[in-house]
Amino acid sequence: MVEQGDYLHVVTTDNLSGRRMAIGRAMIWGSAGFLAVIALAQTLQETGHVVFGFSTWRPTLYAYVLWAICLCWGQVLIRGERGKRVLFVLPAALFVISMVVFPLLFGLVIAFSDWNLSSPTGRTFNGLDNIRQMWTDDFYWNALANMVRYSLAIIVEYAIAFGLALLLNSQIRARKFFRVAFLMPLMLSPVAVSWMIGKSMMEVRFGPLARLARELGWESPSFFGSPEMARFTIMVMDAWTYIPFMMIMILAGLQAIPKDIQEAAKVDGARAWRGFWEVTFPLMLPVSITVILIRVIFKLKLADIIINVTSGGPGGATDSVTSFIFREYRDRSNVGYGTLLAMVYLVVIVIAITLLMKLTDRWARPRY
Amino acid sequence: MSQQIFYDSPDDFAHKAKWFSGRVAVYAALILWAIICLFPIYWTITTSFKMAPDVMRGNLIPFWDYQPKWLGWRSLGLSPDTIWADSTVRDEFVKRFYNSVITALSASALAVGLGSLAAYGLSRFSYRFGFMRNSDISFFFLSQLILPPVVLALPFLVLYKSLALLDTRIGLILLYTLTVLPIVIWIMRDQFAGIPKELEEAALVDGLSIWGAFATIVLPIALPGMVAAFILSLVLTWNEYFFAALLTSTHANTLPVMVASQTGSQGISWWSMAALSFAAIVPLIVIGIVLERFIIKGMAAGAVK
Repeated sequence: MVEQGDYLHVVTTDNLSGRRMAIGRAMIWGSAGFLAVIALAQTLQETGHVVFGFSTWRPTLYAYVLWAICLCWGQVLIRGERGKRVLFVLPAALFVISMVVFPLLFGLVIAFSDWNLSSPTGRTFNGLDNIRQMWTDDFYWNALANMVRYSLAIIVEYAIAFGLALLLNSQIRARKFFRVAFLMPLMLSPVAVSWMIGKSMMEVRFGPLARLARELGWESPSFFGSPEMARFTIMVMDAWTYIPFMMIMILAGLQAIPKDIQEAAKVDGARAWRGFWEVTFPLMLPVSITVILIRVIFKLKLADIIINVTSGGPGGATDSVTSFIFREYRDRSNVGYGTLLAMVYLVVIVIAITLLMKLTDRWARPRY
Repeated sequence: MSQQIFYDSPDDFAHKAKWFSGRVAVYAALILWAIICLFPIYWTITTSFKMAPDVMRGNLIPFWDYQPKWLGWRSLGLSPDTIWADSTVRDEFVKRFYNSVITALSASALAVGLGSLAAYGLSRFSYRFGFMRNSDISFFFLSQLILPPVVLALPFLVLYKSLALLDTRIGLILLYTLTVLPIVIWIMRDQFAGIPKELEEAALVDGLSIWGAFATIVLPIALPGMVAAFILSLVLTWNEYFFAALLTSTHANTLPVMVASQTGSQGISWWSMAALSFAAIVPLIVIGIVLERFIIKGMAAGAVK
């Protein structure tokens, strides 16, 4: 994405003895062998061939951790100085690989099976049944459509955030107070927010927002009555939490613009409005795109508020994909189907984000 | 008699009025948004001191239109008269609070540790792991940001079950570290790229090893960035609900799970719910006010390259 910092070029004379390298290799392969033996033993027990008396898969986990440590250490022993450099990245890479790639592969297996955690029969392959079920599951498609709707709300959020950033960037007093105040919603936990706003302030009888709505002439305010209204309310609450996030990133971008450019525009006779559209806004385009992309990524994870305020209601109208799968698991403990839905969602997201990045890349490239 | 030579033309006065109305509009907008941001917090605080009739009448200002009572806090066991007495609710609350503190702190520390090392390596050395070069490795780390938690949730549920990590703090810490790691790497890569490599070259010439140069020269310079990344991770992990709700049940519950489970039950009253919500958000409000500088720095690092 970005060009790297400057590289360090270090020349060192490594006098690695053959013995040291042999020890390093022995460590790596020895621990790998140990891991393989333990894993094999546990697999045999799992399939019912032998009884070793393992109660959990913990021994395999410990062997894996041991192997990971030996792998890191072995790098230094075998490759000396270069191994020490590898040591910077290797722990994080191993961590991410073991925490993401394994579960994803495992998830692929689960996704094509019928597995109810509460039923005693355990996992059985059912081929494409889950996909067929998904194809006819209107609630899932509705949830996917909702994600598009929720994502479109980002345009409005962006406009508001940009406005607020411009306000904060102008000559004002008590800037620090306003900055802290504007940042506050981001700090609050979505669960607390869903109670504070969704359940108490929007409560139909006593909530202050309901009162305000009545004052403004809405006879019987109900924020979660109709599907459209409920979706809109969820959008508003999510926007309330995340507008500060966009605002701060845009503000950082605004502050990075050199003042003299705007002054030059002013000298050339540009009014504030034109100065904004023809100078500030184009200069902010790269930052804007980054902000919107990150916001889209966060938006696609939206769940907490929905789970806690509407739990998908009315009639699944407000469901996001995440909250839908969450309830699918909670209500039916159907791991197989839920995982398949999540996998499909992942594929959709990856395609969508890649397209979006390609498009914005082409669109934002400066044209002369 | 001197005569005034220079006059403000009527145009200039118009300009002044326009400027003035502009200021008013700016401050009106600022104050309006500040109210939008702060009112829910104010509402929660005041509600936690209300009694049923006050809630129903919609009283807003303490001491003026209603008399504050410790009702909500008493039900949590945190009011002045119950703070020294035994309270099961408070024990429960303290336990959850403690869980949240432990998981958030350790996950953030782990993420900042792993992430800073990786970011430093990627900004200073060129790597080749198979076909992957530096930019690919960076992309690999950052792409984890796209991964929605729901994809990992169910596989982890099954994996943790067989590893006996379900409902443990360690299990949560590992997952939380994973979720904030890309953000930390993003912030820290930016930090390290801004530090001139000549510093390390000088240190290396003076006989330090690479790790020595990193620990004694680079780390102190990058410390503000690390604090920013740490605080940001702290906020994210403290507020995390989805994984905690799925993967914990009795022992390792964090605060958001407790708050959520309380909202679900019908019998619970507004004032105690408000007290609980407020107690759950207080640490972050304090962090937000005291360490606002670092949070903004952390988020700004990503925006401007």
